[in-house]
Amino acid sequence: MQDIILEMRGITKSFPGVKALSDVSLKVRRGEIHALCGENGAGKSTLMKVLSGVYPHGSYDGDIVYEGKTVAFGGISDSEDQGIIIIHQELALVPQLSIAENIFLGNEIAHKGVIDWPQVYATTAELLLKVGLSESSSTQIGKLGVGKQQLVEIAKALSKKVKLLILDEPTAALQENDSQKLLDLLLEFKAQGIASILISHKLNEISRVADTITVIRDGMAVATLDCHAEEISEDRIIRGMVGRDMEHRYPQRTPKIGATLLEVTDWNVWHPESAERQMIRDINLKVAAGEVVGIAGLMGSGRTEFAMSLFGKSYGQNISGAVKLRGQPVDVSTVRKAVANGLAYVTEDRKELGLVLDESILRNTTLANLGSVSTRGVIDDTQERRVAEDYRKALNIRTPSVFQKVMNLSGGNQQKVVLSKWLFTEPDVLILDEPTRGIDVGAKFEIYSIINQLADEGKGVIVISSEMPELLGICDRIYVMNEGAFLGELAAAEASQEKIMSMIVTA
Amino acid sequence: MEQAKPLNETRPEPQARPTVGVYLASHLRDYGMLLALVVIMALFEYLTDGTLMRPVNLTNLFLQNSYIIIMAIGMLLVIVAGHIDLSVGSVVGFIGALAAVMMVEWELPPLVVVPVCLLVGFMIGAAQGYWIAYWKIPSFIVTLAGMLVFRGLTLALLEGQSVGPFPKNFQLLSTGFVPDLFGADKPNVTAILLGVIAASAIVLLAARARSRALKFGIEDEPFSFFVAKNALLAGAIIFVAYLLATYRGLPNVLITMAVLISAYTFLTNSTTLGRRIYALGGNEKAARLSGINTERLTFLTFANMGMLAALAGLIFAARLNTATPKGGVAFELDVIAAVFIGGASMSGGVGKIIGAVVGAFIMGVMNNGMSILGIGIDWQQVIKGLVLLAAVIFDVYNKNKSR
Repeated sequence: MQDIILEMRGITKSFPGVKALSDVSLKVRRGEIHALCGENGAGKSTLMKVLSGVYPHGSYDGDIVYEGKTVAFGGISDSEDQGIIIIHQELALVPQLSIAENIFLGNEIAHKGVIDWPQVYATTAELLLKVGLSESSSTQIGKLGVGKQQLVEIAKALSKKVKLLILDEPTAALQENDSQKLLDLLLEFKAQGIASILISHKLNEISRVADTITVIRDGMAVATLDCHAEEISEDRIIRGMVGRDMEHRYPQRTPKIGATLLEVTDWNVWHPESAERQMIRDINLKVAAGEVVGIAGLMGSGRTEFAMSLFGKSYGQNISGAVKLRGQPVDVSTVRKAVANGLAYVTEDRKELGLVLDESILRNTTLANLGSVSTRGVIDDTQERRVAEDYRKALNIRTPSVFQKVMNLSGGNQQKVVLSKWLFTEPDVLILDEPTRGIDVGAKFEIYSIINQLADEGKGVIVISSEMPELLGICDRIYVMNEGAFLGELAAAEASQEKIMSMIVTA
Repeated sequence: MEQAKPLNETRPEPQARPTVGVYLASHLRDYGMLLALVVIMALFEYLTDGTLMRPVNLTNLFLQNSYIIIMAIGMLLVIVAGHIDLSVGSVVGFIGALAAVMMVEWELPPLVVVPVCLLVGFMIGAAQGYWIAYWKIPSFIVTLAGMLVFRGLTLALLEGQSVGPFPKNFQLLSTGFVPDLFGADKPNVTAILLGVIAASAIVLLAARARSRALKFGIEDEPFSFFVAKNALLAGAIIFVAYLLATYRGLPNVLITMAVLISAYTFLTNSTTLGRRIYALGGNEKAARLSGINTERLTFLTFANMGMLAALAGLIFAARLNTATPKGGVAFELDVIAAVFIGGASMSGGVGKIIGAVVGAFIMGVMNNGMSILGIGIDWQQVIKGLVLLAAVIFDVYNKNKSR
């Protein structure tokens, strides 16, 4: 019965400074559904990029044996030629083109460069029948919902004679019945001998369709579970996903929690482009002075969207809900007003949203509060310089001078510049979105220390993070978020990774 | 910040000052275009047997290029903010036509016409800025439309004819000279005096900036270089003032230009408004999330451009002493070229007023020099195109090298 279609042996992949995968092995049998589980950043996507040739042969160590032969893919087209098709979470369809045009994009049925449209439409119709999508092949992609777009992606994979289908979180954006349809389709493919690798956070789906489960953690395959040999409980998978020991070091703090500082009630937000898609549902949140509050959740759960909608309506439309600061209703409808009322938001994407990379540390530090280093619109160079120097020292930004362009700083130092900028606005409540993403361990510890310091000064701090140990290490209270709503809250003392994970996956 | 106390409290040692050569090599980007201007001027001075720097020609050079330089100032802000304005040439033509109709046909006095035209220019810029800033319509498209609209309106206003001449006192805007307060003998003492004052002011400001920078320990410019640079600059200004003095003195437009250049240099260097325009062009999203009203800023940048284009239109019309339907055709290209030659970045956030001015002078000296040499308009265009390309390649090369 061991008809192996794919074997990855001892895959190790390093990025500068980080080992993303270390000695990962994976076996996929022909016609099975193989689930890949793990936390965000565990290395699942990296592994699939190695397999599909996004990271070409030679940029990693280890072997890929596909259909009995050792293969060396130089790019994604090489793996596609062999029938390995990957469908990413963000769909790669052109919304302005029709279903047929999308399916054959880059792979057109043509004679000497002239497209044979009758053939294209006929083939498309067949493919759509196979995936159970009842739409005309000339329908524009943009007019389809996400679920149907997903099916078009699969039809596109079928058109390329797929033998191994890789789906990265295919159901993350789908409604319940669309998800069911998709999973049924996978089972059907399985009967036809097509193997699938399914990356998913939804354990109920995995236990429904998977034949084998591989759990990845910190770049290592920690467990391979055979669903037919034994009954696999969701707990077993969760334990595998989060099972690292809690030996991370977090600076000690004795919380001195005061009166409620910020209170958000019945916060609702709709998608900025499609008004019927609700992104945030009935969120209620409280932060007290001196309290560090975490928001846990998977990617796409709406944490950033919530924070940005709160911060001057920087995300979404039809925003409703009330915001109170120290019991007084406040207006946070523009960034200016939010800042004036003592709110600060430190973005998760410091390069895109946080910094003007081409400018100096000094200029970035004062950008959000230029008013207090200027008189009647004229900037006082000396005072501005003093401010920048103060923050450089207080936050230990390692740089020869504050006139250094932030482009040339390391991730940790860049993060400190963004923090400086917001600390200089003297906020009461800081929202820190993934404050330690992409920075090294030492800098992380410094950021945690700054957070503790801010809390000790009586500020309220909200930390959004995908790293659960981090939240458990620094927060006093954690809200668990999924699909735009808070599922509940846990006091730090009673919270654990298992509890949070099971709250999310069983929601 | 007890726990975040720095590990190394010591202030970084000021680095040893580099030698002049090393300093110049590392600041090639800053001084490159100024050097290029000097070289180009020297070249044409030689090729034209000294005609280029003759007082008459020098005066002409300023008169010919004043409107390009004035618009380059506004265009620099537009380009730093991450946009482009293609309509300025047509606005020049339109404002010239409007002024002509008001003064020649309606016989309104220039004192009324000039402010009205500046206001109209402001409104034109504001109208275009409105769509760009608040409706997020690409500036390329809005101003391309503006280019067509105002060219058409120019034709309509003038009914296809040239209209002129203008009243004498309006012509002074462009062809007038600062009168000599110390008698009418040559050389013009007022001109020389103003030249000396301007040169001293520049040196004084430079010295003050340097002493402040030294206090911060951030100055790496070698002292000898500083002295040489400022001596040359002051010398050049006084020399030019002297040359002009031996002809008819300082043209009025030169004073207008000097005031605008100083004002906008101050705006970009020292005000919150200027700082925010750079931040907007450098990273619009980050600027918005920092509480900057990016829409209003974009709007104002275009309104300002419209007003400066109107001023340029008035000066251009006054210089020709007539408004023609073709007035200002293709000016936008010279203006945009000047800004890019001066080191501004296509993607926004980078550029200096003085760079744009130097860029405009490079274009102007080349136009003037090649015309004196009798080079046809055909080859002039080819050469100007290649210079623009070379300047931008030089810029990109330096930028890549410094990474």
